[in-house]
Amino acid sequence: MRRITVITGHYGSGKTEFAINLALREARANAQNREYSGLAVCDLDLVNPYFRSRERRELLEAAGVSVFGSAYAEEITAEIPALGAAVRAPLENKSYRVIIDAGGNDSGALVLKQFRKYFTEAETDVIAVVNFKRYETLTVERAAEQIEAIERAAGLRAGYLVNNTHLLRETTAETVLRGHALASELARSLGKILLYDCFPAPVVSPDELREIQAILFPLALHMRPAWLDR
Amino acid sequence: MSSNNKSNSQNEKVLLKGNEAFAEAAIRGGLRFYFGYPITPQSEIPEFMSRELPKRGGVFLQAESELGAINMAYGAGAAGGAVFISSSSPGIALMQEGMSFLCSAEVPLVALNVSRGGPGIGGIQPGQADYFQTTRGGGNGDYKIPVFAPASIQEAIDLIYEAAELADKWRNPIMIFADGIMGQMMEPVSLPEQRPFIEAGDIRKAKPWAATGYGEDASKRSIVKSLRMQPDELEAHVEKLFEKYARAEKELVRVETRDLDDADIVLVAFGTVARIAREAIDILAERGIKAGLIRPISLWPFPYATFDEIGARTKAVISAELSMGQMLEDVKIGVGKRLPVRLIHRTGGMIPTSLELADSAEKIYIESGGTGFNNILINNTGLQPGRRSGDKEVL
Repeated sequence: MRRITVITGHYGSGKTEFAINLALREARANAQNREYSGLAVCDLDLVNPYFRSRERRELLEAAGVSVFGSAYAEEITAEIPALGAAVRAPLENKSYRVIIDAGGNDSGALVLKQFRKYFTEAETDVIAVVNFKRYETLTVERAAEQIEAIERAAGLRAGYLVNNTHLLRETTAETVLRGHALASELARSLGKILLYDCFPAPVVSPDELREIQAILFPLALHMRPAWLDR
Repeated sequence: MSSNNKSNSQNEKVLLKGNEAFAEAAIRGGLRFYFGYPITPQSEIPEFMSRELPKRGGVFLQAESELGAINMAYGAGAAGGAVFISSSSPGIALMQEGMSFLCSAEVPLVALNVSRGGPGIGGIQPGQADYFQTTRGGGNGDYKIPVFAPASIQEAIDLIYEAAELADKWRNPIMIFADGIMGQMMEPVSLPEQRPFIEAGDIRKAKPWAATGYGEDASKRSIVKSLRMQPDELEAHVEKLFEKYARAEKELVRVETRDLDDADIVLVAFGTVARIAREAIDILAERGIKAGLIRPISLWPFPYATFDEIGARTKAVISAELSMGQMLEDVKIGVGKRLPVRLIHRTGGMIPTSLELADSAEKIYIESGGTGFNNILINNTGLQPGRRSGDKEVL
């Protein structure tokens, strides 16, 4: 993958969970090959008041990933639609691997526009995460509408799709497999590449997903407090 | 939503954020009119309604404030419309004058509070400190509002859907009390069938009390009002309202219980805290302490009689809340002088971890004369509350 990964998607598609898992995976890879001097996650989610990746700052920092958030990053609940200048540092520093966690929908993706100059084709992969179990993206048509609206707002075209079709702990292999079929159809119709099929590692085994030929991406559920699933 | 049904049948589970689910449940419940003003952590509701209601034959109107919204709800409800409103704590506070008017005029309404930390403008993280406001009546005069507190998104959907019927049946506002976590979290849910909206021409028949004008019979005009200048007339009206509330106290009590007959200690919690309490109860069991649970679903009428089911083994009853101790007063009424009643609380938007809750409950249990099988071990380790819930190795 290129130096900068921009992760977009519908509200609640699982962008943040995917961003954290991807950052932790990239941190492990970088510890081996030392390709980059550092790794950063930039949380650009200005539209969601709860469950943002800044809350997982400790986890990421322990893995050697720097976290850049809003101007009020220490106050995770401050509802200020502002980003600090520091968020540009890893984008400017070409020795950094950067993962951008955008806010949901086109409204959340709008903030990407001010960073447009960094997102050159040579350096950037744009990903759209899709969950076909989310109410507003239950069909290929609806998911396509969402992605196109996000692309318009961000002024970016997503080259890749990530299938993150799940029902939290009620996810079954069948959920993921059907998501894969719909995501494949979506990728064909929009001319995109289906990059990963995610599955919640605590509840689905990769053995159940053998028929998927694309790359499987197991997700640890970092954003979900245990008591929510009692 | 017909295009959605191509890949998902009606009862197949979908993943919804609380606020989206509340809004969808209201529309499917037949609540055709929404008036509101954005406030975190429930702004997804007006956003959803502004997009969905006009497409589906309903009306969305953004008011200039919550005061405007509640009075639009009063007007539309008085004319026989099925109305849903939502807000969060300070916004619900602004609506209290209207709530009193609606109750006096016996106008149906389904209202949702996605509550946050207070007092004042407070913060945007979850809170339950609107318990008094919502169960004691934040407006003036003698009135009551049935209040239901869901502990899951599915339960919230079912309660909102049912509340649409209850509001008409009881001719009273029905309040759903969901804290910010409930609004912001996601869960797999099943959605109910769409109930048809009542057409304007059918209101006169369905709601003969509604202000629909003279129609064909000039003698049958309905007047919806809360002004009663004659004290004897007003007294008679309030007495009539309280006969209705007395029936509601019998018919609308909802509660979930667990292991009350042989519990060492009983936790009382609603909404998000009840979810955390379930994990805390499992932690306490590992320490040899059997904790029971009373989860009030109706906050008014409160399930006082349920407290009589607590067995002889119990040492204390604990009210666990995201407030400085408001439900605590109802728990004390329910327990009477039988047992000590104690409080575990966080406030301001803070949420206890399940381990914090278990530690505090264990401490109260020991102070009340209880002995778990490994109390000595735990005391010797000098463990303090506040450890994270993942720290199972210390148990």
